[in-house]
Amino acid sequence: MSTPVIDARGVHVHLGASHVLRGIDLRVDSGEVVALLGANGSGKSTLVRTVVGVLSPSQGQISLLGSPLGNGVPWHRVGYVPQRVSAAAGVPSTAAEVVASGLLHGRRLALPRGWRRQVREALDQVGLADRADDATGQLSGGQQQRVLIARALVRRPEVLVLDEPVAGVDRPSQEAFAATMTRLIGDGLTVLVVVHELGELAGLVTRAVVLRHGRVVHDGAPPRPHPDHDAAGHQHVHPHTSELPVHSETEFGLTDGPFGVGATEVHP
Amino acid sequence: MSELSHMFGDPLMQRALVAALLVGVSAPVVGTYLVQRRLALLGDGIGHVALTGVALGWLVGAGLGLVPNDVLAIPGAVVAAVVGSVLIEVVRRRGRTSGDLALAIMFYGGIAGGVLIIGIAGGSSGNLMAYLFGSISTVTSTDLVLTVVLCALILLVGIGLRPALFSVSHDEEFAVSSGLPVWALNMAVAVLAALTVTVAMRVVGLLLVSALMIVPVAIGQLVTHSFRRTMAVGSVIGVVVCVVGLSATYWYPVSPGALIVVLAIAVYAVVAGLHPLLARRQPARDPHPDIPDDVEVDVAATTTGTEGECER
Ligand SMILES: Nc1ncnc2c1ncn2[C@@H]1O[C@H](COP(=O)(O)OP(=O)(O)OP(=O)(O)O)[C@@H](O)[C@H]1O
Ligand SMILES: [Mg+2]
Repeated sequence: MSTPVIDARGVHVHLGASHVLRGIDLRVDSGEVVALLGANGSGKSTLVRTVVGVLSPSQGQISLLGSPLGNGVPWHRVGYVPQRVSAAAGVPSTAAEVVASGLLHGRRLALPRGWRRQVREALDQVGLADRADDATGQLSGGQQQRVLIARALVRRPEVLVLDEPVAGVDRPSQEAFAATMTRLIGDGLTVLVVVHELGELAGLVTRAVVLRHGRVVHDGAPPRPHPDHDAAGHQHVHPHTSELPVHSETEFGLTDGPFGVGATEVHP
Repeated sequence: MSELSHMFGDPLMQRALVAALLVGVSAPVVGTYLVQRRLALLGDGIGHVALTGVALGWLVGAGLGLVPNDVLAIPGAVVAAVVGSVLIEVVRRRGRTSGDLALAIMFYGGIAGGVLIIGIAGGSSGNLMAYLFGSISTVTSTDLVLTVVLCALILLVGIGLRPALFSVSHDEEFAVSSGLPVWALNMAVAVLAALTVTVAMRVVGLLLVSALMIVPVAIGQLVTHSFRRTMAVGSVIGVVVCVVGLSATYWYPVSPGALIVVLAIAVYAVVAGLHPLLARRQPARDPHPDIPDDVEVDVAATTTGTEGECER
């Protein structure tokens, strides 16, 4: 692999008075699927927001697809799914309108020809084709999350940066999402994804990076899933609501207390 | 009927109607973006600052000995409004002062500055009345040309750049991550708002400018879910209330600005009142998607209700 798709070197980020990222080196090569793991507050979202240019590092450099962050980056080849957005803005907007905004990038300020078809295809990929004309504010939380995934996919990116894309998304939709991702990755998509549990993505992830207190503490093989859960092909045939909350986080050793202050150990 | 043709034959009324029509279309277009960004009161803040601009224009005109004294009032308002709204945008970005505090300071400073400066210019606060409450019946051909040019600009940018302006107003963080020129687009909205205030000043007056930008959008939101259609409905309502309100003042001696705003609010009240009825008319549809559950439930046991409950 010649130039890395994402190349962050010695990145420090300050937010307000706090020193959130403390010297991050992260390199993602073409075709890799990298999972970014870590406890709540470890700086995962801060890192991905810095990588896509939303936050600016106080120190260090980041280049995306070979260009340093800025106008030189070919933004149409980058897709981003933020962790959460306040769905209800002042004026209602339909799912199709939100997804269509993903077709604008860089200096492209007008919708391209055939945008309706592209929007429909993107919504179809997340299983929401029939809700295209519904107000986003009236969709469920998981459906809104899928609209944001469609917004990132609609421009057919080569690199996709996702911040907890399947949090609050039901199992069938996660499976559908994993299937879409499998197909896109097969076509050469590079992925950086923040997750708390690998879940349906376990079979796709080629490398895991674990953050703790704003530093990389592990960069290598993905954590081994528990034999019983979340393995690829694991069939969910039994109701297990009682064991649903945060079961795999402890298996990955990412939580060490009730408030998830930091990770204790990382499986190689 | 002959009275109508009489009205349309009056050149003064013709100019006033064209101005009202253009302002009625443009104001809700810009208002949609302001409501989207939760800056509904921005128009009021700009309106107050524009008053200082009017007085400043007057002062400069008087100083230069121009006749009449107020030829520079509208250019002054345009400049002050643009400067004021750009400042608000800068303050908003810095995030030091909260947006509504900055707006409040604009409100007070604008009015106080306007009254002070008009006094220095040798006028009285009475001279400001026409700007505060509108003076559509005195639109000159020069005014009309300025209105046409500014409204054309507002519509061109406001509708032509709608997807991009929607994107920054809807989710600024995503717009940044798409490499969009977010700063320039935000400034475009601020400048559009300032220009709208100054053209609408003639029709409804600075104190009511914001109503014309916001109320039609509020009506649009009641009847549609889509951003584009909210804007379209807002513009239609804006045109209708402006033209009807203005025409009515041809026969009844009331303030056109006040009548236009009262009409808009009346439409809002009626639509809001009818809304529950209209909503009930829509075909009921199962909101639940038809996809398999996460958990397997013995449907037979639960749907039969009481006796099958909680057997597991
Ligand atoms: N705007 C901000 N100002 C100051 N501190 C912030 C800001 N945003 C986040 N932080 C702090 O930065 C740290 C990292 O936050 P970040 O959102 O990156 O965590 P995360 O790893 O994504 O957590 P989660 O799993 O909950 O999403 C947290 O301690 C948080 O309190
Ligand atoms: Mg996060």
